[in-house]
Amino acid sequence: MEKNKSWKTLFAAFFRIGLFTFGGGFAMLPLIEKEVVEKLGWAEKEEILDIFALAQSVPGAIGVNTAVFIGGRLYGVPGAIVALLGVVTPSILIILIIAQFFVQFQTNPYVASAFNGVRAAVVGLIAAAAVRVGREAIIDRFGLVIALGALLLSVFKIIPVIWVMVLGGLSGYLYYTTKGGQG
Amino acid sequence: MILMQLFTSFFKIGLFTIGGGYAMLALIQEEIVRYGWMTPQEFVDIVGIAEMTPGPIAVNAATFIGYGAAGLRGALLATTAVVLPSLISVLIVSKFWERYKTSKGVQATFAGIRPVVAGLVGAAAILVGSTSLQVLASGFIHLPTLALSIIVFLGLIYRKWDPIRVLLACALIGLIIF
Repeated sequence: MEKNKSWKTLFAAFFRIGLFTFGGGFAMLPLIEKEVVEKLGWAEKEEILDIFALAQSVPGAIGVNTAVFIGGRLYGVPGAIVALLGVVTPSILIILIIAQFFVQFQTNPYVASAFNGVRAAVVGLIAAAAVRVGREAIIDRFGLVIALGALLLSVFKIIPVIWVMVLGGLSGYLYYTTKGGQG
Repeated sequence: MILMQLFTSFFKIGLFTIGGGYAMLALIQEEIVRYGWMTPQEFVDIVGIAEMTPGPIAVNAATFIGYGAAGLRGALLATTAVVLPSLISVLIVSKFWERYKTSKGVQATFAGIRPVVAGLVGAAAILVGSTSLQVLASGFIHLPTLALSIIVFLGLIYRKWDPIRVLLACALIGLIIF
């Protein structure tokens, strides 16, 4: 725990994590494990899985949540903020640069054609993510009903997305606590 | 006024980003449409850009949309707002983690939220698809785009293609045939 402990290494470690992980979320976890467990020794190997579980079961992006947890454990709230700044700074800088160009070149015919291809890919990408998440998340018939209900409520804009999530959490609570377990 | 809207919207987006992945896309799209910060098409472009650049997608989207809506100040404010729930929730929950983790109520609630997230990602695919697939022929499904989407989908699921290479390849294809 004590080795490599400094504000600078904390910021730099999460800056690297933010800079070198594409696709966000789960893509960050292997690099976080390498930096935090293997290189810096800030957490034990068995511990890190528990930390990832926590990061996934509270609000916020997973990479950001992990940064907050590790930083907070090392230096309290200021440490959490430093780690958080480290992990988001690369994103902010890169996106700001791209945003400048995007506004300028959006109407350029070559850029427009290229983005027609990108848009097609994005549809496939999100659909694939839906299948991947669905395989993990839908474990019984109740889950299937909830997932389809959420899909329909959202596509036809029947109620706001937030209420869909609240309803899902509530029905999960009622169903699984009264049924006394999953399955 | 617009700064206030950005802050509350992205705080809400951060707060309801649970379980990672693309869970927040449907919510981001809903907020964008409500305030008219950008067109649905620009939103799809941003998802593509966010995927090709490093960092969490929610953070990338917040910076981009904030910048488009209110310049540098908007970008920083939206980004702060989207990560603030992380800071609060992690610091609180880490204190009670042992009890939180084993609580039947918490587990049951998450067992209900997880399939919702899957449904919402599916909805995002449909909503984004309905924007993307008619870009060239307004109102009609553009078949080459649809074909490309399906190929990408199958490649990602069955061949484990790398998403960044897929996006770059599709940009190139777009340049040649669209």
